[in-house]
Amino acid sequence: MAVAVTNKITKTMLRKFILLALISLNLSSQAAVLPEDRADIMYHRYEGGGVTIDGPSLLIRKDFASTVSVSANYYVDSVSSASIDVETSGASRYSEERTEYSLTADYLYDKAILSAGYTNSEENDYQADTYYFGVSQDFFGDLTTITLGYSRGDDTVMQNGNDLFKDQLDRQNYRFGISQIATANLIVNVNYEVVTEEGYLNNPYRSYRYIDPTNPNNTISETEIYPATRTSDAVSLGARYFLPYRAALSGNYRYFSDDWDIKAQTFTLGYTHPIGNDWILDFTYRFYQQDNAFFYSDLHDFQSVDSKDFRARDKELSEFSNQTFGIGVSYQFQLGNSEIFDKSSINLQYDFIQFDYDNFRDIRNSSTPGDEPLYSFDANVLRLFFSIWY
Amino acid sequence: MKKLPLLTLGLLSSSLLLSGCSFDPIKIEPWVQPYERQNMADPIMSANRDPVASSYLHHVYQAREGAKGAEGGGGGGCGCN
Amino acid sequence: MRTILIILLASISQFSLAADTTPDFTLKSNQGNNQRLSEYQGQVVLINFWASWCGPCRQEMPLLEEIQQKYAKLGVTVLGINVDKDPSKADKILRETQVSFPILYDSEGEVSKLFKVKAMPTTFILDREGTIRFSHMGFKPGYEDQYAANIKTLIRE
Repeated sequence: MAVAVTNKITKTMLRKFILLALISLNLSSQAAVLPEDRADIMYHRYEGGGVTIDGPSLLIRKDFASTVSVSANYYVDSVSSASIDVETSGASRYSEERTEYSLTADYLYDKAILSAGYTNSEENDYQADTYYFGVSQDFFGDLTTITLGYSRGDDTVMQNGNDLFKDQLDRQNYRFGISQIATANLIVNVNYEVVTEEGYLNNPYRSYRYIDPTNPNNTISETEIYPATRTSDAVSLGARYFLPYRAALSGNYRYFSDDWDIKAQTFTLGYTHPIGNDWILDFTYRFYQQDNAFFYSDLHDFQSVDSKDFRARDKELSEFSNQTFGIGVSYQFQLGNSEIFDKSSINLQYDFIQFDYDNFRDIRNSSTPGDEPLYSFDANVLRLFFSIWY
Repeated sequence: MKKLPLLTLGLLSSSLLLSGCSFDPIKIEPWVQPYERQNMADPIMSANRDPVASSYLHHVYQAREGAKGAEGGGGGGCGCN
Repeated sequence: MRTILIILLASISQFSLAADTTPDFTLKSNQGNNQRLSEYQGQVVLINFWASWCGPCRQEMPLLEEIQQKYAKLGVTVLGINVDKDPSKADKILRETQVSFPILYDSEGEVSKLFKVKAMPTTFILDREGTIRFSHMGFKPGYEDQYAANIKTLIRE
């Protein structure tokens, strides 16, 4: 029944968006002018919940004849993980590496920008290829920008230690956005996105637990059983405001819901404060809250009876909330020949994220099943990067 | 899974583009003139000042949260050309 | 009196500036004095509206300087009208990209409004009688060849 509803939603969504032919997955787009030429080199680091992931990210962007702008990105995640999921599955800390290459091109045609991009991500048990297309156009005296985007992904899911396991996941994203300059100091935007996924949607390393029918103080674990499709939509409203003493205030609200019954809300606030001509401070606050998927439970009552009797215990599908406090400092300077290099900057950004789970329990300390403490953890996220414009 | 035929995609996208070239059916006078875009053009008003950093943070959340999509601002800027 | 004249002129003109009512104006220039458009009658004048925050405008500057150098002795003047609210931002750009033609400061945007500037940058080319004969919105590489062609047409008249 869930599959029939999913197909119906998919068809309706597709019909609604029949006009949305090309879509851009650029996080930001500016019509009528191509993005600036630049190069960035960044060190990123995430530490939290027993997981440490760090690595580089390199970006180079160059435009040709003021008509086409091309960018290339090289990104690596070096993972060292003894997360709660690793520990409770009885495994020991593991290390792995994920490498990602991206190539994008933006073509400027009158007041429109056509974008296309390809991303390849590889690690020893997961491979993802993503393609995207987008168009962005200015209207009404360049005060309004409309963006359409489409992306599709082909993922291959594998499992370390099990050479027989290999499955597919197909993803499609459809996005529509309008950005409107309201006054000389205020810009407002609305975004809407539909995501449909089909294939192997679980994580092969995750299991769910259910009460042992022979012993209520015991639980039995088995591999999760997920639906084969997932369709979601998200809508967001945001604004940026220029304060008269030269500073910027921004806010964003997003509402997400999908056919797994997950509903989520995200609130973001940002404040950018330049000091003089060379320094910029950024402050952000973000709050996120989600409900659990209908087939999620920390402790299921019964074992699954067949492949349509779904079971999950992945904390990503649980009911939880998180909040982030972020700060960033940027120093701009002139490096070398000002005829070749416009400007350069050195930047440090730090975010502190607190995760609180409302129905996912920390079962590392044995206790009566269902009475274990609720899980929570904090994460530190660091970005240190150098940028140069030319 | 239903897939939009490639030909339809192509036709629709080109018609959108071509119509977009002269798509001001209502002659609305902009209430923010092109020469008043100074604040919009300021880098601090950019939705995505540091693409490598923001796409990384976006990935951090996406890997740990159930929600996805509808991120990103866009538009604004100097509105030149 | 000036204001009444401006209002009168503004109400007479249509969407884009018509052929025979080029507004006259006086603006402070970077050469120390005030400059008036009508002083340039007899010359072919290229007026370019630009701003420090406009990328294509900055790209265009050296090319306008080339045009000034090439056609000055044939009775052509380039006038740059800067629309930055803070003129010091314009001066910063001019220190890096030096030009020999006058830069006028329209920091209140009054002249931009008079000329109904619809894009950044905008270039108007006036004949020797002060009538606007050609206008170009925006700047893409190659536009400077169009400016040169327009100027050659007007020089020959």
